[in-house]
Amino acid sequence: MAAPTPSNLVDLQQLQLDDARALLGRELTLTLPPPEESSTAYLQSVIDGLCELSLKDPLTGLSNRRHFRSVLDRSIDVVARSGEPALLLMLDIDHFKKVNDTYGHQAGDQVLQAVAQCLAKCVRPVDTVARYGGEEFAVILPNCLTAFGETVAERIRQTIQDMPIQISPGVSIHVTVSVGGAYAPEWVRSTAALWTERADVQLYRAKSEGRNRVFLDQQQEIYVSAEEKNLLFGHLALGDPAWIESVSGEVPSAPAHGSMHRVN
Amino acid sequence: MTDVLNPPGSADAKTSVPLKPLGKVLAVTSGKGGVGKTFVSANLAAALAKRGLRVLVLDADLGLANLDVVLNLYPKTTLHDVFTGKAKLEDAIIRAPGGFSVLLAGSGMVEYSRLTPEVRDDFLRIMNGLVPHYDIVILDTGAGISDVVLFAVSLASEVIVVATPEPTSLTDAYATIKVLVGQQKRQTIRMVINQTARQGDGRAITVQLQQVLDRFVTTDPARPVKLVHMIDIPADPAVRQAIMRRQLLMVATPGCPAAMAVSQLAAKIEDTVIPRR
Repeated sequence: MAAPTPSNLVDLQQLQLDDARALLGRELTLTLPPPEESSTAYLQSVIDGLCELSLKDPLTGLSNRRHFRSVLDRSIDVVARSGEPALLLMLDIDHFKKVNDTYGHQAGDQVLQAVAQCLAKCVRPVDTVARYGGEEFAVILPNCLTAFGETVAERIRQTIQDMPIQISPGVSIHVTVSVGGAYAPEWVRSTAALWTERADVQLYRAKSEGRNRVFLDQQQEIYVSAEEKNLLFGHLALGDPAWIESVSGEVPSAPAHGSMHRVN
Repeated sequence: MTDVLNPPGSADAKTSVPLKPLGKVLAVTSGKGGVGKTFVSANLAAALAKRGLRVLVLDADLGLANLDVVLNLYPKTTLHDVFTGKAKLEDAIIRAPGGFSVLLAGSGMVEYSRLTPEVRDDFLRIMNGLVPHYDIVILDTGAGISDVVLFAVSLASEVIVVATPEPTSLTDAYATIKVLVGQQKRQTIRMVINQTARQGDGRAITVQLQQVLDRFVTTDPARPVKLVHMIDIPADPAVRQAIMRRQLLMVATPGCPAAMAVSQLAAKIEDTVIPRR
């Protein structure tokens, strides 16, 4: 950024802020600081508010496609460097067109909002839930162990299936979702497009095999059983001092492992 | 670049078909990231070059190349340009400070992080073009056991698995060895244990891995799998200093314990791996 501008150089009178103010007033419960105190603080709040708006889907309040893309790109970089598994789920409401045709578009909107809220409740605060488009949603779950992916996806599917959605007084309906998922390839630089494509293939599978089901594309994982690990590290329990020292890292002259991570 | 032998007939990228490994090609792999693969590849290359051998290191970590970072090189032409036909193979080969040649993957190889038939063929074509010109070609592979990594290893006549004494590293090294034995029918895998606390730890680790392997993986007594312990590289503060300065350890502090270990490794490699000339 350039050097800070003295606030008297920003003349709020000369800026066309009416549209922005109207947008923020309608969409956010955001109280702007009084402009006469500091025009910089005022402008900053306006800009922050607009940024927040530009990343949200207006109907459901979830992340929009733009925000989803930026989180996805960032996640890919993290996985490539750290090897922490990250899961991407793509979900699509089954037979959504029938809801619209039978009950009208307003009911359709209510279904979208209910599914969105339900999704947000099913996952952790670190996870990103987005409306990908139409009746399609996406969830990015950083640092989600491969052993849990199936459980999370299945829990989402089950919760939505069990949830009654009230669309008018006395009328509740149930919808189901098809879920496809893929883990980002660890230790490999990939692209958001490749990742979503793999999840999409699984979603297509879930649809074509009868809907209301979950399919995950697992990376090739080589399973090392507890028995094998025990044989590998069993002697550690025997208290062999050389081993304990070498695995606990309590070696005064050992370089910090963090430094090695840069280079491999 | 017309000396293509036989591109593999199988276009199925899913199966890692063990190809006929090329002579004089050494793959360096690890399973876990951050254990010192690139460090070993680059410094081993320098140590072999010092012994008078013609050495080339190929950054086979197509998705996440960082050999350029380690060697502090800013290449104009990379493997990516060769893959895309923008440059000739010989134009992408550069001299590294340690007296050996490198072929850097460069950024923009993202689309090659998936093993498609095209990537396989390009890779093979490049390897076939390189091998006749060097005494040894070292493949610095990516971490993990992705199909690209396994394919790169399948092109090598010899494979070194780098591990540290940490349980996570050993588990990943063991998993990698399992795949190399199961899918590529390797019978000899060379172990380099990095960052050891004391002399002898590495050998103990290799013995331990061998025992687990014998019990759980090697089912055919007619085809025993041997883990050959090559060297312990002791934990050494000089390594970190060299890395921070983006220098090769063999250039910065050739007399330090870790550099001496790498020199010994080079001597062993020359004796056992490189065909008598």
